[in-house]
Amino acid sequence: MLNMSANFQDREIVIPGDVVYEGKIRTGENTYRDQDHVYATRLGLVNYSPDNVYVVALSAGYTPLVGDVVIGQVVDIDLGEWKIDIGAQDLAVMGIPDAVDRPFRTEFNMTRVLNIGDTMIAKIVDIDRRRTVILSILGQGLGWVNEGFLMHITPSKIPRLIGKKGSMINMIIRETGCRVAIGQNGRILISGPNREREEMVVKTVTKIEQEAHTSGLTNRTQEYLRQLKERSR
Amino acid sequence: MSKNNIVSHLKQKKISEVLSTGKRMDGRGFGDFRELTIKSNVLFKSEGSAEVWLGKSHVMVGVKVGTGTPFEDTPNEGVLMTNAEFTPIANAAWEPGPPNEASIELARVVDRGLRSANVLTTESLCIIPGKFVQIVFVDLYVLNYDGNLIDACSAGAVAALMVAKRPTFNVIEKEAKPTGEKVPLIVCKKPVAVSVIKIGDSLILDPTADEEDVMDARLTVTFDEDDHICTMQKSGSVGLTVDEIKKCINMAQEKAPQIRAKALGD
Amino acid sequence: MSKKPTTKKTAARKPAARSKKPKVDSWKRADGRSFDELRPLKIESGVLPNADGSAYIEMGRNKILCGVFGPREMHPKHNAKPNEAVLRCRYHMAPFSVDPRRSPAPSRRDQEISMVMRSALEPAVFLDRYPRASIDVYIEVLEADGGTRCASINAASVALVDAGIPMKDLVAACAVGKIDDKIIVDLGDYEDKKGQSDMPVAYMPKLGKVTLLQMDGIMTAEENERALNLAIDGCKKVYEVQREALKKKYGIDQPQDKPPKEFPPEEPTEEPPVEEGHQ
Repeated sequence: MLNMSANFQDREIVIPGDVVYEGKIRTGENTYRDQDHVYATRLGLVNYSPDNVYVVALSAGYTPLVGDVVIGQVVDIDLGEWKIDIGAQDLAVMGIPDAVDRPFRTEFNMTRVLNIGDTMIAKIVDIDRRRTVILSILGQGLGWVNEGFLMHITPSKIPRLIGKKGSMINMIIRETGCRVAIGQNGRILISGPNREREEMVVKTVTKIEQEAHTSGLTNRTQEYLRQLKERSR
Repeated sequence: MSKNNIVSHLKQKKISEVLSTGKRMDGRGFGDFRELTIKSNVLFKSEGSAEVWLGKSHVMVGVKVGTGTPFEDTPNEGVLMTNAEFTPIANAAWEPGPPNEASIELARVVDRGLRSANVLTTESLCIIPGKFVQIVFVDLYVLNYDGNLIDACSAGAVAALMVAKRPTFNVIEKEAKPTGEKVPLIVCKKPVAVSVIKIGDSLILDPTADEEDVMDARLTVTFDEDDHICTMQKSGSVGLTVDEIKKCINMAQEKAPQIRAKALGD
Repeated sequence: MSKKPTTKKTAARKPAARSKKPKVDSWKRADGRSFDELRPLKIESGVLPNADGSAYIEMGRNKILCGVFGPREMHPKHNAKPNEAVLRCRYHMAPFSVDPRRSPAPSRRDQEISMVMRSALEPAVFLDRYPRASIDVYIEVLEADGGTRCASINAASVALVDAGIPMKDLVAACAVGKIDDKIIVDLGDYEDKKGQSDMPVAYMPKLGKVTLLQMDGIMTAEENERALNLAIDGCKKVYEVQREALKKKYGIDQPQDKPPKEFPPEEPTEEPPVEEGHQ
């Protein structure tokens, strides 16, 4: 929809500094207001709705949010806390109570749960005042990972990979027979019955990442997967 | 990607598992190289240059010919100097600063390959014996790291030297004056390095960064076009059996001609 | 990067014609350009696989790569700022980028350029969104031919956007100067060395603010004003190339043809915040 004060068309690509709107409107993601002008702050697609303007970033680092499921790597153990790299600005931390579901002694050997170099799936349970991300592995589907390998994509493309109500990722899982875990931090864990199937997931995810900003992607992806499976017969 | 310098157990496990079935993560065979592209004469301010892509590893080699005084023990010879730079744009974990162990090893292995093979007749670089010689600088500039830099740099160095030109001088009354003309460097040999890495019981060529992260040992063997070994370098904390060394040498010897062909622009 | 860039060549005027009251638009520079003509300019974004953001620029015969990493944890920690990120710039030249070869060790000029780059880019970045972090901008000059600091700033702007770092505007830069008493834009190496004045300028085009201004040489105040306007014109031209470079990576030049609301699916998942744009 074209609005008199909207300077671009809906879904048009904008760069930082572009004036996306002039006048009164709610400013959403990746925009900022200076007096009468609303500017984009990131490269992305501008979206206009009746009362809101926002930009979906094509490229952005990971911004942790409470509730996110993330995949990380333990890089340090210090004073009763694991320090975990989740690809955000700072390392995340996890204390023993968030990893062990029963009473434990003070001399608890933390490496029995997770060691430096281990990979884990965790949930962000808190972000403290100093913006430190607090993780927990208590919960279904969370914990130490010992099978499979990781893939990295731009975090802002993760919603596209998941799809409406998980439609995209479930389709990939169904068609390839692989287990796939998705971290909001752009990390994807893949484990399949054989390398061929795993590679299908890798190729499909890569295609989604490259074409995330286009329309008709779900159908194209389904067709793409079908072709990959045909070729492998 | 080694963003935080901690080796991932998951990665180690997966790579070993896949290798034990005779495959590699990217589907290559143990003896396969990734796509290797070498373009020479890409920089106009250098006397010679070559740009190398080996998979996602990306290196720029620049050859500059300067002048200076010869070393005391070789007064009639010019000088060859090889330098490597691990630029911070090449890898998230690389900080700017003076050369580290790995970049020094890289420079020295490539250098020894060029030297042992007598690639340049350094006598031809002598202008006034004992006083004025030409210095050939080979700068190995790493722009993106994804494993196997030694092989990429060694091939790039040969490619760059092959197209390099040096200024000529007239010596009039013991003074050297540049003529304003350039002649090609005489490149006698074309040594190329081929590195073999050991992961568990597997010996593989052209490792990616992930494979190098989990490697146990590496043996680099440099061959010239007459199938002579000019340089060897073993690194890594695990030992190699004599049998393994033989296998590595064979793998390297078989591969070297293909790499050389790319460096010569075939 | 391996293609040899071409410089435009047009027939140069004979010196005799110039000494007779020349019209400004008929005068040509040593490489055949007119006073307000930029050298050939090419920018590509997203060229380095391991960097968070990157760009490559060819400005005339300059060839420069920029890699951006961050926001990430600042090392050493005691250099971090409690309420905003630290933007660190490192300008570095390859030994083979100049003639004669230079040492890879950083020189004082390298450090000075690193510093002015930082001042030129800082005003455009939302540093307060990332307390205690560092945003690292690394420049590697592969070939130098006059105006490397401006070319570096142009590449760095694009790389910062490519890295997804929130910015208020892009920063575009170009140098102006004086040669043979004529005010000119985008000095080449020859004009840099032989000219009467050299003035690099960086500019945020949408916000209309100058973020870098340096000058050497001799100019009257009037010449200076003309030069500054010419520089800003030049920066606007550079800006268009930067914009194209960023859009090109996604293969988008036209707005979408009213695509179904499939993208983004359920995005944003919560109501956008009411206050100043979140992120």
